[in-house]
Amino acid sequence: MINWLRLFAVVNKEFIHIRRDKLTLGIILGIPIIQLTLFGYAVNTNVDHIPTVVCDLSNSREARLFVDRMVNTSYFDLVGHVGSFEEARTAIDQEHAKVAVLFKSDYSRSVKRGSAEIGVLVDASDPLLASSALSASAQVGLDMNIEIIGEQLTATGGVTAPYDVRVRALYNPDLRSANYIVPGLIGVILTMTMVLVTAVAIVRERESGALEALITTPVSKAELMIGKIIPYVVVGFIQMSLVLLIAMKVFDIQLRGSFVELYAIGFVFIIASLGVGMVISTIAKTQIQAMQMAFFFFLPNILLSGCMFPVSSMPWIIQKLSHALPLTYFLITLRGILLKGSALANLWEFVWPLALFAPVIVIIGILRFSKKLS
Amino acid sequence: MNSTLQHPIAPTDTELIIEVQNLSKHYDSLKAVDGITFDVRKGEVFGILGPNGSGKTTTIRMLCGILQPSGGTGSAAGFDILKDSEKIKSRIGYMSQKFSLYDDLTVLENLRFYAGVQAIPRSTRKERVREMLELAGLVNRQEQLTAHLSGGWKQRLALSCALIHKPEIIFLDEPTAGVDPVSRRRFWDMIHQISDTGATFLVTTHYMDEAEQFNRLLFMSQGKIIAEGAPETIKNEHFHNELWKVECDKPARALRELQGLEGITDVSLPGNALHVTTAKSFPAPEVIQRVLQKSRISVYSVSKTRPSLEDVFVSLTTLAADGQNGNLPAEETK
Repeated sequence: MINWLRLFAVVNKEFIHIRRDKLTLGIILGIPIIQLTLFGYAVNTNVDHIPTVVCDLSNSREARLFVDRMVNTSYFDLVGHVGSFEEARTAIDQEHAKVAVLFKSDYSRSVKRGSAEIGVLVDASDPLLASSALSASAQVGLDMNIEIIGEQLTATGGVTAPYDVRVRALYNPDLRSANYIVPGLIGVILTMTMVLVTAVAIVRERESGALEALITTPVSKAELMIGKIIPYVVVGFIQMSLVLLIAMKVFDIQLRGSFVELYAIGFVFIIASLGVGMVISTIAKTQIQAMQMAFFFFLPNILLSGCMFPVSSMPWIIQKLSHALPLTYFLITLRGILLKGSALANLWEFVWPLALFAPVIVIIGILRFSKKLS
Repeated sequence: MNSTLQHPIAPTDTELIIEVQNLSKHYDSLKAVDGITFDVRKGEVFGILGPNGSGKTTTIRMLCGILQPSGGTGSAAGFDILKDSEKIKSRIGYMSQKFSLYDDLTVLENLRFYAGVQAIPRSTRKERVREMLELAGLVNRQEQLTAHLSGGWKQRLALSCALIHKPEIIFLDEPTAGVDPVSRRRFWDMIHQISDTGATFLVTTHYMDEAEQFNRLLFMSQGKIIAEGAPETIKNEHFHNELWKVECDKPARALRELQGLEGITDVSLPGNALHVTTAKSFPAPEVIQRVLQKSRISVYSVSKTRPSLEDVFVSLTTLAADGQNGNLPAEETK
């Protein structure tokens, strides 16, 4: 059914387009590098070094001790002292600080009496930062309490603590956000560029009028569509290799699984994304429309695929939606192979939907393409 | 080659290569092509003439199999345009108004691409590409980017791309639009050269001076055929008016004075002399003399002249437009 001479002619022509279009080539290869480096560093869910002001009305050694303990956690950075609780509030209002620690004038005496209050104001407009500040400040208080109780117990003869929870963080013992974010970004970058290039590639030919001449030749729909996809598979592989290289060299992410399996699932995902772009190009009339439709496709992919936020904490209906996106499956397998060293065979339940989606969407694209003008 | 200067010799072969019956294309209420019937003989250079929007392009697209007709039947190169449109595609070459070339490919790359999609075997491809480069005179420009070519070169390259697989029928949709006269002449030379090898051409144009290039042609207006035949036949059969050549002082002003006068259907200024079309019985010399003298324009001569195809065409389109304007209200009142 496929004539190799025709297919080769289309493939060769597409390669020339890609080679000559320096700007698009720059975008395809340059943008991922910049995006990955920037986002990989910037997106950090371990919030620390939170700017903090202190209002110490007691001006006591005990208060300074508590503040030192807080700063030592590295979650808090002391940015100044204020003279009243109102000023502390103002400092947060005016974005000078995100956290204010308040000590009453009788703090020193209260400590000695055995019951001291410490006030912590947190700017919770950013919940991620707030939860970090809340747990870190509570932990400081808890640690100090345990120390004192421990001292008292040791003095009176001593008991041991009966519960001992030992947590072992698997695959990412340092709890680095980059380990979660960077694979997510690899998926997002691949989707965005692959969908966009094919969506625009066919519409551009329609707009320039070249397609009109092309459809009067015996070239078949399959030859045309597959011929257009093949060069971008190569581009996709180059792109994937580049971002993986950055992930490994810059973000120190180790590939624990099989290199071949990683590229195999990458291949399937690239085909799936190119297929989506193809279908878009059969619907869109202009390049602008194609771009708008591509962006409409990106948004749920970025928010719901689990590239930044875990799918498991989404509401039931959103989870269903999330499992309709090829990116969701790709990310699970990608993280599995990259971070956990899982084998594809063990991830089969996430692999087969993707392996089914890719050829189906390409066939839909081929069938939808018409060698007639409307 | 001086074939551009005279009528091409009509082919003796009478085998029909394109047959069209009652073909139409409707877009909602607009009848882009409204039930046309014609045929083209093998080896002819056949023209479709008409103003913009008369349905020329739509007709060509239906014959190439890239536009679904709304009604009627037709065949090209022995295949039904409705059922076998894909089979037609290996027998035809098509050049659209936009030339359809890839600007970011070189001359050679464009030709190789079309050779590829036409599945020309590698053994003969190089030779075919070479032939086309020579035919178009592009040998020295084969490494140039198409974007850097001028209109005339692009046009010849587009024709070469459409010819590379030696098609039986070549459809050219307004191939000479926006191209300078020297390039147009070279282009027509190329067409007649290929035509001599037995290929059939179907060409649309709105340049009336090109009408003389065709063996036969048809005039289209508002989706209908309004005249058909060899250029001479059309001139003899379809010009029911009288054409006067008026030599005078200040011809441009004279044109304004005569336009729209009762009994005068058309006034044009093709050169230094005015061409005035009137009804057969109209006393043109007297009226023209009187009108122009009143405006203090001195008339040197008023003489009858043979119409060019352009004159015929203008008179036909005016007639068709008047006819429709006159008929419509009558039909609505039925």
